[in-house]
Parts: sequence; structure tokens; C-alpha cells
Amino acid sequence: MNYYARRLLTLLLTVLFVLLLTFAAFRIIPGNPALVILGTEATDAQIALLEEKLGTDRPLAEQFADWLVAAFRLDFGESLRFSEPVTHLIAGRLPVTVSLAVMSLVLTIAVGIPLGIIASRARGKAADMLVTIGTQLGLAVPSFWMGIMLILAFGLTLKWFAVSTFTPWSENPWLAVKSLVLPSAALAVPQIAIVVRYLRTSMLEQLGLDYVRTARSKGLRESTVLYKHVLKNALLPVITIIGINFGELLAGSLVIEQVFTLPGIGSLLITAIGNRDYPLVQGLVVLIAFTVIAINFVVDLSYRWLDPKIRLQ
Amino acid sequence: MKRMKSYSLVLGASFVSVLFVVMLISLVYTPHPPNEMNIRERLQAPSVRHWLGTDNFGRDILSRVMVGSQTAFEVGAVSVAIGLLGGFLVGTLAGYMGRWVDELLMRATDALLAFPGILLALLLVSISKPSLFQTMLAIGILSIPSFARVIRSGVLQHKEADYVKAARGLGAGHANLIFVQIAPNIASSVVTTAALSFSTAILIEAALSYLGLGVQPPDPSWGRMLNEAQSYLAKAPWFTLAPGLLITLTVLGFNLLGDGIRDLRDKKS
Amino acid sequence: MREAAAIATEASLLDIRNLQIRLRRTRGAGLSVLDGVSLTVERGETIGIVGESGCGKSVLSLSILGLLPSAMRIGGGEIWYEGRHPLHTMTDRDIRAFRGKEIAMIFQDPMSSLNHGLTIGYQITETLRLHLGYSRKEARERAVWLLRKVGLPRPESLLREYPHQLSGGMRQRVMIAIAVSCNPGLLIADEPTTALDVTIQAQILDLMRQIREEDGTSILLISHDFGVIADMCDRVLVMYAGQIVESGTVDDLFERPLHPYTAGLLRSIPTPAKKNSPLYSIEGHVPALHERGAGCRFASRCAHATERCRTEQPELVAYRGGHAARCFLAEAEGGNRHAAV
Repeated sequence: MNYYARRLLTLLLTVLFVLLLTFAAFRIIPGNPALVILGTEATDAQIALLEEKLGTDRPLAEQFADWLVAAFRLDFGESLRFSEPVTHLIAGRLPVTVSLAVMSLVLTIAVGIPLGIIASRARGKAADMLVTIGTQLGLAVPSFWMGIMLILAFGLTLKWFAVSTFTPWSENPWLAVKSLVLPSAALAVPQIAIVVRYLRTSMLEQLGLDYVRTARSKGLRESTVLYKHVLKNALLPVITIIGINFGELLAGSLVIEQVFTLPGIGSLLITAIGNRDYPLVQGLVVLIAFTVIAINFVVDLSYRWLDPKIRLQ
Repeated sequence: MKRMKSYSLVLGASFVSVLFVVMLISLVYTPHPPNEMNIRERLQAPSVRHWLGTDNFGRDILSRVMVGSQTAFEVGAVSVAIGLLGGFLVGTLAGYMGRWVDELLMRATDALLAFPGILLALLLVSISKPSLFQTMLAIGILSIPSFARVIRSGVLQHKEADYVKAARGLGAGHANLIFVQIAPNIASSVVTTAALSFSTAILIEAALSYLGLGVQPPDPSWGRMLNEAQSYLAKAPWFTLAPGLLITLTVLGFNLLGDGIRDLRDKKS
Repeated sequence: MREAAAIATEASLLDIRNLQIRLRRTRGAGLSVLDGVSLTVERGETIGIVGESGCGKSVLSLSILGLLPSAMRIGGGEIWYEGRHPLHTMTDRDIRAFRGKEIAMIFQDPMSSLNHGLTIGYQITETLRLHLGYSRKEARERAVWLLRKVGLPRPESLLREYPHQLSGGMRQRVMIAIAVSCNPGLLIADEPTTALDVTIQAQILDLMRQIREEDGTSILLISHDFGVIADMCDRVLVMYAGQIVESGTVDDLFERPLHPYTAGLLRSIPTPAKKNSPLYSIEGHVPALHERGAGCRFASRCAHATERCRTEQPELVAYRGGHAARCFLAEAEGGNRHAAV
């Protein structure tokens, strides 16, 4: 089978499985979901009304079929708490989360790649140890605690950034960026550690290849050899890693939004879970999972496009 | 490079052992009762009496982080056990049966992996009341795929090996093949996965508890301590330091341990 | 003909004198990789270096342009280019002006020696723009001309292609096009045909001969294959365990090998006549750096080794017509013999 057809089929299967899982999660709740939501003091009439609204009064297969159709149309019903369409609610919160994720992606690339190059220039026991400890620490620090520490350092002590206030883009773009600096830095720390680690390994691997000797024998400057010849090849696997980790970044932002009280989909999800607002939770989980799946798919394709070796086969 | 590798292992193993000993000590001794409130001593800076200071209820932070390590180890151990058991079932079934069973199970694990860990955990804890057990179950489930993959590839790799074929020829049963013939060969990859899953479990538990969706009072948790500490960040910055550092060091220890074991295995082969 | 040849002085194009290459960071006495290697390459001449792998042929070729692996360094001796450029003392910055411009290299495996992430066009024009200051357009035109010169079809579209899209023989042609792009005085070819099929080998050697005729380029050809050397070279140096053990014209070596190692190499050339007998190969292996004893380095594999060979190191002695050998047996007979095989 053609690679793309196969990849597309896998994508479809994954999407179906995600939908099955989110559907099943809310059907395996012990007892009646409506009862769980409303509590034991609810009247029969209230319960019947909610059951109808949730659709839990109908056969399972029928519910699942409806769920599939609705999900593909990105129609997740109405929020129980806010009485507004789920899609509408999510759309309102999306810009914050997306800008947070994009900003930490930019930070990851802007800091991680130069650091990785520097790390690959330093060889030997001491350098190895330093890089290992640095990257391992970066991976071990929980990003939400990193966020708290950044608030402590730059918000409370140095007072460079206002803490816990978000200015929307439409109001003042500069303040919006400013209010996203600390949270996106906190999110970027483990990603930077990963990039440094991968890029260093990848650079050292490339530097050992024959074409580097050819490049040097042509009389090129060491910097040309490094940036024009080696870096381009070494970046390929790193780009994939950055792409694949974008999902983790998105997930990390769910927690970081709480730390910095940013009005994104993370805080919406936590509120929804707290309120037992199942349609909203379902909608958010499916949307985030879809995004991650879609990004991985695109990364996979772009990797094939970036690598001339694969692209032209 | 060889030095470097054993160094990961040694450092990781020592971090983990120290933390483990602290956890054991906390079972029988803490400097103060961890839940003893003392409003007069609230939010005190570190002192001789309270080495790491006190929290907003005047509780001794050192005692509380010590007891918190019990939760961390419990969550890590139980969820790794769940992941291992589930991964074992899925992995051996997929590796052994092959064909469509393999295809189906592997697609399912792929889908599970498409969920970022914390999102899946949030989904699972959202369907009933947050509790310690619920947290461990959720984290356990999301660590199944990595175990399943390691075990499946181990089974596939060794299923056709000569010594396994020979044992099968001699009439060895499936259980014998899996536990006696194949298991020892994939033990080190499984241990590596276990160590890395352990650190992931601790990170996710901390995040869930920080969000108030994980471990609930009175069970102590580093993550929840961080949540409480954030409200007093300006007044009592030490409150946030101890639990945060402990999470970091524990995760670092298990990561180094996992990497060290993997490097040791790579070196052998 | 190159202009430089017109203003030719007495000096050889390349003159290597008593070159020592040592390992860095060795405890105790530094282990030497190359030991007192001397050679000259005259203008328009093709010199062959032959020997099994591990004899130091590639190290020698890399040392000329200061491309030694970081574990090795020049421990003594001199490398002169055109009699006035001391390559052995140059800083990396200074020697870069020679790399690819005055002296160019071709390596063994054309797949791994080209960068798989850059187009053929980029890899050719790079040197033209660097050393000759060509504009993008000029470099492109010259690249097309070069690709045509090395016998590649459809050069225009080839410029946009990547190395993996080409066959091994085509890749080696590209490598040669890159190497000759700045019209170098010396071309160092390190096992240029080893990774290729026999028919392609012959084509590549033809191409190198053609370059030599057209441009008057000198060639330093390194190979483990005596056949290739005999086919191409005027003079040959035989290397063994970091030393030159015999040197002379191709005819001298073929007809009157003085060193038992040379004789052994010659015997191991597959020829149609020997088709049905098992292929001869010299027993044993090239001694590693730490295995080199005090005596003749070939003694452990030599059928004629005496006690003296095992304890004392023979010198490289020149006989009639510049034919030289490093062997006590040859010394004893004044070079007037065929080395016993």
C-alpha cells in the first residue's frame, strides 16, 4: 500500500479510537451520569430532563453513532454549566492557549537550537557531564513549579512582569506578549532540554560522517562546514522531535494556565471537570487530542518532505 | 563516554535510595506530627525548630514533605504495577498472536499515545470523584502503551530465537516460554521503562494534585502543597521550595536510573 | 597546461620530507602512525601509493592538507608545495586557501563523501564561489561545463538533484568535477574506485587519465589494488605499517620487486592465468601501532625473515635507477635480485 494511504488509514483509526475512548469514559461511570451530575437530591423530573439532554436515555449504539457524527461536525452539544454551545466556548478561549503554545515553541527553537550547537561544540568528559546534568534537570523540573518559581523571581522579586493578569491581544498586543512571557518560558524549559540533547547527539553523529571531511577538503571555513553542511542535516530529526512534542506543550499549557490564571482552554477544562460539565469536558478532550494527532501527522509528512532522501523516492 | 554512563546509574541509584530511606524513616518518625496545626507558628521561615519552616496552618514543612514522599512512591509503584500488568497482557498477546490481534492492539496503543499524558489522566479523573486510587489508576492506564511496546518487541524478537524454538520443541508450555525463556531477555528494557514511567507518574500526580484533581486531603502530596504554597508566595517563598525541589530530585533520580540501566544494556550488547 | 607549470622552478610540486605522524595523548613514548615518510610529486606526474589497509596511506594523504583526525598530529618532517609553501607549518586559516584550490581530494565512497542534504549544484558551485570569487551565475555556468567535462548527461537538471538520486559511478564523477573545479595542481585520489563495480572502475580511471592529459594535473593515487596503480602511475611507493618499504617505477617494481611484501602484493593480484587456482594472500595481518617491534615491521609475515630482521630495523636503501627498498635481503644482494617469494 502507498505510504500516504497507509498513514491516512492509521490516522483515521486513531481518531476513531479517541472518539470511542472519550465516549466510553463517560459511559462507564458507575450509576447514572445524570444522577452523578445533579446529586442525590435531584427530583425525577430533573433527572429525566438531563438524561434527555445528554442522550443517556437511549440505547448505547445509537448514542455512539450520534456522538461520532457530532464529533466529525465538531458539534459537542451545549455546556451544562454555561448553557452555551461547547464549540463556542472553546473558540473563545482558544487564542490564549494557542498563543501560549506558539510562544513557547518559538522560545524552544530560539533558545534550544543555539544552546544545542554550543553543547555540540563542547566535547570531552566535563562538557558531557555538564550537558547531561543540565538537560536532565530541565526534564525533571515540573513546569508548573518552574512557573511558580518564575513568578517568584521575575514577578514578585524583580517586578519585571505583572503576575496573574492577562491582557487580551485586542486590547494591547505588547502587554499580551508580556503576560505570556513567563508562562511560555516555564513551558519551554523541558522542551529546550530535549532539543539540546537531540541536537547535540545529532550534530556529533553528523560530524563523524565522511562528507564533513570532503567539505573541509574543499577549503571551507569551519563555520561554513558547521552551519551550511552539518547543521542542516542534524536539524532534521530535531524538527521531528519538536513537532511531536508540540502535543506535550499543549498539554503542559493546561496546567500552566492554572498557575498564571490565564483564561485559556486549560482553565476551561479544569472548570468543566470541577462542574461535572461532561459535554464540555468531552468536547475539550476530543479537540485537544485531534489537534495533537493532526500535528503529528503534519510533522510526519513534513519530515518526509524535508529529507530529500525520502522525498524523492 | 563509558565513565559517563556508569555515572548516570550511580547518581540515579543514590538519589533514589536516599529518597527511599527518607520515605521509610517517615513511616516511623517525623520531626513533628505532619498534621499538627499551630496557628501561632504559621508561615515561619526555616529555623532550628522547623528546618524548612512552617505552612499556613503552622504545620512543619519538613515533616509534611517527608510524609509526602510516601504518596509519591505509592503512586509511582502502584501505577507502574498497573502499567506493567496491562502492558504485559497487551504486549504478549500482540507479540504472540500476531496478525490482526497485533494490528488492533498496536493501533489502540498508538491512539493512547496520541493523548498527551496529562490530558488522558484528566479525562480519567474527571469521570468520578478525585482520589488517590483514581489518580494511580489513571496514571497506570496511560503507562500501559510504553510497557506494551517494549514487551511486544521483546516477544517478537525472541519468539523465533533458536533457544525458544528448542524449548518449544521440547514441549514447553506458553507460560514457561514467556516467563522462563523470554522474560529474562527483556528484563532490562522493562526495568528501564519502569524507571522512566515511575518519574512520569510522579510528575503527573504532582500536576493533578496541584490542580486539585489528584490526591485529596488528608493524604499528603507534594503537588497539593505547591498549590497551597502559591497563595503565600510573597510571604513565605520557602513553602514552595521544599516540595518543588523534592519532585525535581525524585524525577531526576528515576530518569538517571532509567537512562543508566539502558546504557548499561547497550554497552553489553 | 597550468600557468604555474610555465613558470616552473626546479622545485617539485609536492615534496614531503621525513614526515612523522604521531598519536596525541599517548602515554609514554608517543606511538607514531607514520614513520619517516618522504616522497616527491613532479608536475604532471602520477604517483601511486600502494599497501594493505592500515598501512597509513590515507593518513599520509590527509596530512598533506592538514586534515588529520584530531587524535593525530604531525610530529616531525616537512611538507612543501611548489617548493615555497610549507603546508606542515600553516595555520588552519592559511591552509584553507590550498584546500580544494591548489590541492583537491577525491575519496573512496562517493555516497558518503557527498553531503546527502545539499544539491549537486550547491556542492560544486561552493568551491567556485569560495576560491575563484565567481558570481552565482558564473559558478552555475562553470558547474554545467564541469559536469559535461566529467561525462555526465543532462548537466543542467543534474544541478538540482541530490547525491542519492545518482548511481555510484555518477557520484564519483561529481566528486571529480568538484575536485577539478578550481583547476588544482595536485589531485589526491584516495581509493577512488574501490567502492565501484569493475566496469565503472575502468571508466573512472579513464576519466582521471583524461583530466591529467587535458589539465596537466599531477595525481597522487592511493590504492590497495596494484592493478589500478600499474594502470595509472609512473612511480609507485609501497607502504607497510607506516613506512615506505619500496619505491620505484612501475616497471621496476613489477619486474624486480626487491621487498618480499611487494612480491607478496604482486602475487595476490588476480589475473586470468591464475583463474583456477585459489587466490594468494599474504598470511597474517598488518601489525597495529602497539604491535610494531624493534625489527623489520614485515618480519612477522615474511618467509625469509632472519634473526637480524627481527631485532634490527632495515633502512630504505636506493639502488639502480632510484629503485629503493627497506630490506636486509635486498641489501645483501645489492639490489641485484628478484625478491624471493
